Amino acid sequence: MALAASRAVGAVTQDVYLDHAATSWPKPAVVLEAIQDFLENAGGNIGRSGHRRSIASSRAVSLAREQLTDLLGAETPDHLVFTKNATEALNLAICGLAVGRERLVTTSLEHNSVMRPLRELERQGRAVEVVPADGNTGELDLDEWAARLRSGGTCLAVATHASNVTGVLLPVAEMAAIAAESAVPFIVDASQSAGHVPLDLSALGASAVAMPGHKGLLGPTGTGLLYLAPGVEVEPLIRGGTGSQSELEVQPDFAPDKYESGTLNAIGIVGLGAAAEHIRAAGVDEIYASATSLGRRFRDGVAAIAGVTLQGPADPADGVGIASVSIEGVPCATAARLLDDGWRVMTRAGLHCSPAAHRSLGTAPEGTLRISWGMDTTEGEIDIAIEALRAVAERGRNTEPLRTVA
Amino acid sequence: LRWGGVVSFFASEHAMRAERVLQRADVPARLVPGPREVSPNCGVAVAFVWEHEPAVAQALRDSKIRFEAIHRYELEDEAQANGSAPAVAEDGDIGKHGDLRRP
Repeated sequence: MALAASRAVGAVTQDVYLDHAATSWPKPAVVLEAIQDFLENAGGNIGRSGHRRSIASSRAVSLAREQLTDLLGAETPDHLVFTKNATEALNLAICGLAVGRERLVTTSLEHNSVMRPLRELERQGRAVEVVPADGNTGELDLDEWAARLRSGGTCLAVATHASNVTGVLLPVAEMAAIAAESAVPFIVDASQSAGHVPLDLSALGASAVAMPGHKGLLGPTGTGLLYLAPGVEVEPLIRGGTGSQSELEVQPDFAPDKYESGTLNAIGIVGLGAAAEHIRAAGVDEIYASATSLGRRFRDGVAAIAGVTLQGPADPADGVGIASVSIEGVPCATAARLLDDGWRVMTRAGLHCSPAAHRSLGTAPEGTLRISWGMDTTEGEIDIAIEALRAVAERGRNTEPLRTVA
Repeated sequence: LRWGGVVSFFASEHAMRAERVLQRADVPARLVPGPREVSPNCGVAVAFVWEHEPAVAQALRDSKIRFEAIHRYELEDEAQANGSAPAVAEDGDIGKHGDLRRP
């Protein structure tokens, strides 16, 4: 397929980045500035020495923790633990809170960052119970959720806030209330919702909330966060130097040091702090409204294309900035390649590390083509994606399906 | 400015937060390498003027910052004595990282 001289909006040389659910790009200029400023003007190891560059670094990381606390509504900065990504945060929460619990209850829409730790715990003798959730509507039978949490034996619950395949939001506040009534700790995976939808951690009612720093929160890769609610303590995943209580050979028992052994990703964290300020200034409500509006534009545009099936909520307000499509006659990996080659439209094809979610949607094992937008995505970019999908779908209708003949 | 008190902490994160909270409350405060006899817990402590002790204690409580203890401690401030810039700004106006200008 020729490079699209026909692209409707913008030069063909212009990237159309629609893979924000994998990681957001570009990052706000303030993120780059904060990182450069840190490397030039601070640069010591945080909490390790008393000299000015160490102190400057410690102050910068502490300020970032405060900026994130303000954005996300944690009670105090001590309730936010820095991790390298959401997966580490989820492992810390799941492995920590599963101690002494027999049943692990989750939903059918989980990413492997939840499913794989759970299946490993299952292999070690726990029971994993999956409550069906509808990947298109976000509906989950709350009566069944309550029944599972109360069906005897000690229990831990884990659920995603928004599906990474369709973007649909789950009723996590209601699920958290049921968990609290049942005295069951509840972990929320906010990987696709943090920074995209208003989140008030202290009001959510979850025991722990995990999130990446590099998706909706617009920080660099290598950053993640775990929120631990007041009174929730778990065993750390790793132990080691913290700069504190150096005379002791045992791990400190106070946050954040208990969970943050070894040199932190300070450059990533200061970038993430600057991003949090940027998001707070823009307003998460406005970011959510803009994503919803782009979702409606995409949905309307794609609905008019023959041969394209769209997964996800009928009203984009019930989800985040993610859409999943299937194109008749075109494998999704081929579609992703054509979109990139022909239009510089970057998407992600396949199972999105979520085989369970794709099975429940009926899109396994082929998967889907996922289009995901972010804070600065324009209507023009959505229009380019629609135009490209239309051309690819047309090609699918006019091409013999690929057959393996020998 | 004569420092007469020092707050010690378990975690340096808490010392950093205390410094910010005190500066925002217009209470003169300075991060200093933690005097060994005061606390071996984390590398840094926050020095303050002893007359402000009630305000310091109140600010720490209000902001729920975990600290180890408040000490009466006469701190020799080398930076002030030799006229060079302190490692960390006292009032936050030298720059957000403190004064890192080369002499």
